[in-house]
Amino acid sequence: MGLSSFRGKPIIVGMVQTGMALPPVVVGLMLYVLLSRSGPLGSLGWLFSPQAMTLAQIVLDLPFVIGITAVSVAAMSPELIWQLRSLGATPNQARWEIVREARTGILLAVATAFGRSLSEVGAVWLVGGNIQGHTRVLTTAIVLETGRGNFELALLLGAALLAVALAINLILIRYQWRAVP
Amino acid sequence: MKPPPVYELQGVRKQQGESFVLEISELTVASGETLCLIGPTGAGKTTLLRLLSGLDTPTSGRVLLQGEAMQNGEIPLTTIRQVATVHQRPLLLSDTVRYNVEYGPKVRGLHRQDQPIDDILTALAINHLGKQDAHTLSGGQMQLVALARALAIHPSILLLDEPTAHLDPATVALVERVVQEYKQALGMTLIWATHNLFQARRMASRVGLLLNGQLIELADVKTFFDNPKDQRTADFVQGKMVY
Repeated sequence: MGLSSFRGKPIIVGMVQTGMALPPVVVGLMLYVLLSRSGPLGSLGWLFSPQAMTLAQIVLDLPFVIGITAVSVAAMSPELIWQLRSLGATPNQARWEIVREARTGILLAVATAFGRSLSEVGAVWLVGGNIQGHTRVLTTAIVLETGRGNFELALLLGAALLAVALAINLILIRYQWRAVP
Repeated sequence: MKPPPVYELQGVRKQQGESFVLEISELTVASGETLCLIGPTGAGKTTLLRLLSGLDTPTSGRVLLQGEAMQNGEIPLTTIRQVATVHQRPLLLSDTVRYNVEYGPKVRGLHRQDQPIDDILTALAINHLGKQDAHTLSGGQMQLVALARALAIHPSILLLDEPTAHLDPATVALVERVVQEYKQALGMTLIWATHNLFQARRMASRVGLLLNGQLIELADVKTFFDNPKDQRTADFVQGKMVY
């Protein structure tokens, strides 16, 4: 998407950008309908399972990964492809090098998707069911404990969530810094 | 037996927008020669070099590289890979200088060989920059890296688009000497676009004047500078405005 023009590209770009604005609860609801026993994907038996939660996260995060990666790659100068070709690179070798050049932007896409996944509640609750020991995650547990009035536990879980986010982002930041020698 | 020409251009025209930026009815480049292209900014030197690199195609006419017509995607990769270009404004990769210089051999699937790369870096006096981020270099250093990455390929044909534009006189002399050494060692054909008439005198076996996309005069270096046939050439080499 970032490197070439093709028929229907504006439509796909529009779909990706719309995907970035998808409300998680709506995605959860749509997947619930699809995965429910009477739905078209009911035979998979994924409703209230970690697989359904993963699918919801993919649907929500993929537009961010695609969109940010495409913009990062498209920001590279077309002249760079030309110069790489003039050094003997095949079109695919030149494209791969352009993707490598855009690596800081691609890591940003990963960090953004990760952040969204970590903070997701609505969709994973709907399709996961928040079943203890099976599909309960930190965010859904926080909502549950807050509802029960267990604010201390909810705050502790919130702190744990922040610690995980910080740790993972520190690793990603380290890679981003390493991306430039 | 006389070797076949490296390049033959037949009725080449290149259109950009409404106008033709290059119109060359005939041009032949012999193997092993150094052809210097001179002319003012916008004369068509870079356009011509792009056509010769095989990565752009003329609007009409034919460019033959070693007897094969160059049409996008049709000329064998092995033939195209005999040509290397040093660009006027080189874009380097976000990595070390060494990574940039090794890029050409790497895409050819050649095993990493430190010695030839070291030799090129040393010859161009940039060996100390090997581990440095290429994006932190000065404009002049970038031009040296661009030349190094082209020479690392050991091309048969080297296209140089004002490779010394941002260099001090001592470094210009270094570049000219290194290019001559590699030319002799590899038997390269050089096509060198330059604004520097003195450089053209020093380096060229033949010189061509481009004006408004047209090849006004093409002659051996002595005739071109001392006894040009076209008045515009005479005016240009004397520093008079002809455009």
